[in-house]
Amino acid sequence: MKHRAQIRLLPDGRRLHLQDGPIDLIVEAFGESAEINKAYGACVARFEGVLDELCVELTLLRKACCVHDVWPNGTVARRMAAAVMPYATEYFITPMAAVAGAVAEEILAAMLGAAQLSRAYVNDGGDIALHLSAGEKFVVGMVDRPDQPSLFGTTTLSSSDPVRGIATSGWRGRSFSLGIADAVTVLADRAAASDAAATIIANAVDLPGHPAIVRVPACELAPDSDLGAHLVTQNVGLLSALEVDRALASGIATAKKLLRIGLIRSAALNLQGDTLVVGMQELQPVSPPAHERILLHA
Amino acid sequence: MPDDSIRCDACPVLCYIKPGRTGSCDRYGNHDGKLVRLDPHVVLDRAVERGDSVVPFLERSRDWDGTLVSHGETFVTAIGAGTTYPDYKPAPFIISSQVDGVDMVTVVTEGIFSYCGVKMKIDTDRHLGDECSTVRSQGEAVGHVTTSEYGSQMLSLGGVRHLTGGSRHEGTATCDALLQLSNGNAVELRIDDGAKVVVQAGKPPIVDGVQEERMRVGCGSATIGMFAKQWFGKVDDVVVVDDHITGVLSEHQAGKLLGIPETGIKLKGRRSTPGRYFQVADPGTSWGGTNIDDPLSILGKFNSKKAWRGLRLLMVSTTGEHYAYFELDEDLKPREKTLPSNLSLSVARIKENCEPALCTVLFMGGAGGSLRAGVTENPVRLTHSVRDALTRVTCGGAPVYVWPGGGITFMADVTRMPQNAFGYVPTPALVAPIEFTLKLSDYAELGGYMESVRPLDSVVSESEKRKRIAAHVENPWPLESRPQKKKK
Repeated sequence: MKHRAQIRLLPDGRRLHLQDGPIDLIVEAFGESAEINKAYGACVARFEGVLDELCVELTLLRKACCVHDVWPNGTVARRMAAAVMPYATEYFITPMAAVAGAVAEEILAAMLGAAQLSRAYVNDGGDIALHLSAGEKFVVGMVDRPDQPSLFGTTTLSSSDPVRGIATSGWRGRSFSLGIADAVTVLADRAAASDAAATIIANAVDLPGHPAIVRVPACELAPDSDLGAHLVTQNVGLLSALEVDRALASGIATAKKLLRIGLIRSAALNLQGDTLVVGMQELQPVSPPAHERILLHA
Repeated sequence: MPDDSIRCDACPVLCYIKPGRTGSCDRYGNHDGKLVRLDPHVVLDRAVERGDSVVPFLERSRDWDGTLVSHGETFVTAIGAGTTYPDYKPAPFIISSQVDGVDMVTVVTEGIFSYCGVKMKIDTDRHLGDECSTVRSQGEAVGHVTTSEYGSQMLSLGGVRHLTGGSRHEGTATCDALLQLSNGNAVELRIDDGAKVVVQAGKPPIVDGVQEERMRVGCGSATIGMFAKQWFGKVDDVVVVDDHITGVLSEHQAGKLLGIPETGIKLKGRRSTPGRYFQVADPGTSWGGTNIDDPLSILGKFNSKKAWRGLRLLMVSTTGEHYAYFELDEDLKPREKTLPSNLSLSVARIKENCEPALCTVLFMGGAGGSLRAGVTENPVRLTHSVRDALTRVTCGGAPVYVWPGGGITFMADVTRMPQNAFGYVPTPALVAPIEFTLKLSDYAELGGYMESVRPLDSVVSESEKRKRIAAHVENPWPLESRPQKKKK
């Protein structure tokens, strides 16, 4: 669907913006100029068609994941299924939970298959697949409230770290959440894996039955949501410090479990201004100051 | 499929979209049963409300032609432009490594201000609350009522005691109120034992649900002085009702000079000087900032030795918003009559001479030691340099007033700053821009970090990025920075 997708370079002349239906990517490759050209060419070639491929199997991908399921055919769809499979027995999750990460991963793979790049990232609405060749690093900033942008933390990822995927989930985000976290950010080895894990951990940050939390069946908001009649969070009132601690503790317990079995490398959980981190000491709260804005205390 | 949903066929996902909601892309929405294209990530209701960000359903797409040179045209609308950046995605991640951190050093500083607040001037004569009363937002104490100024009520909001000296909720509510006000958004404030007022920089205040239209032309006494000649011969006495000083034409110096005879009128309240009365009623949100609805309630009996049947009396408030016209009957009781047309002109003129009532928000903050240390190795020299006018301080590019005395404590009009100039950190504290502009040679002299100074060229692409972070999709701020000036 060449004429549906919008593909263009951003005005900085370096980053590529690709959009097709709900898929919205910012891509940047680093390296020799000829290699970047090759990579962007491959990126565009792979991008066109990704949405159509996914939609062919959309019914299957929207169903709750079960170990006995038939595997989907598409490569992106398979990345999705593989990412959510580890959770299938214990949690409610559908392959759609990993769609953004899986697309990012697929596009990055296409670029790396075509070109030699020192670094690259594919950012699919905040779910990011990274490439780092030896000695390279990325600096990543975190924002808890997209409507009031300010960094709450920052992290540096080096080529020696195993992390190549970053994802964030929370009720304020684009997808529905069963939990109340403003943002759960997960670092994992792959983008699709981080996407699925962020969903699971964000769902676990919760205060079941709390009167200040407004929950609505997903299907009432979006009739064809993969979450069906599951209650999704629409608003969270101001919580006491104790309640914030309790909700975060529940998320932390889940995050630690995933960490132990190697599904994630690190996670930062943010709820109403409080941030807790598990895993590698990579995700740092905002002091020392975020790299790109020089924040000095008055 | 529910009846009220529509099916979007913009892409193969084929979402069913409920009224007022968007599809999975956030780009297409169901507005009153019609499929409309929205700028991504803008909530439908707001976009439609604003009327400017709904764009035609089919937009010709522009394919990338494979070159690495950017297109000249690119962004169509400001709102649409912003949304294509990851910074804006509800998913809270920014890849900041575009330049890998190293060349992002800039001379412009954003300070975290724990010692900061908002000084607010609300143009109204209505009684908002007693001096020192607590001002609340989201139920938490965020400031207090301070002095009344001419035609205005001042509030002091924020400050370190509310931000970090109270409960967590108090700090959060204060930070949020300051952030909203500083970014030009409306905030509802409740004053203990007083009014509920909606305030927004550069907009009229809304007191207990009623939008304030204009400031008073002057106090009651001043109004008598200003209009005495215009009333002379058309009416026998005028009372200008004002919570501060109520004026009476026949007793006032201005009336005496015109030879206006005594009328035997009797005012309640405390007489200050002839024709000027304090405290004729209690403060309130009605006539001239008092609590009265019936103007006659501030009058005693007319002196039968001086008053006469048919005596004509105008009672009017300091904004001309309230007025009534009376004539005395045979028992010397005031009877309300229709306002004669030659008097309605003077009432209209009072209104005409009132300026539009506005809320003004001045951000006030103090650049303390560590912020100054971020600028120079020798922080006190920066203070001296500011004092000596070698260094100009601006706040988001807006001029500031730097308080005399120690430190760098400044005030700035938030309407003169770019949209969404302020952020916050969960401390809670406000993040505000502050720039110190000075000659490079002066900078070296006061111990500046010379090795960190970069030519402007090298930060241009980043400064563009900063702008994107700063813009606020929800900000109802008008494009021009000082809208109120145009109205005059």
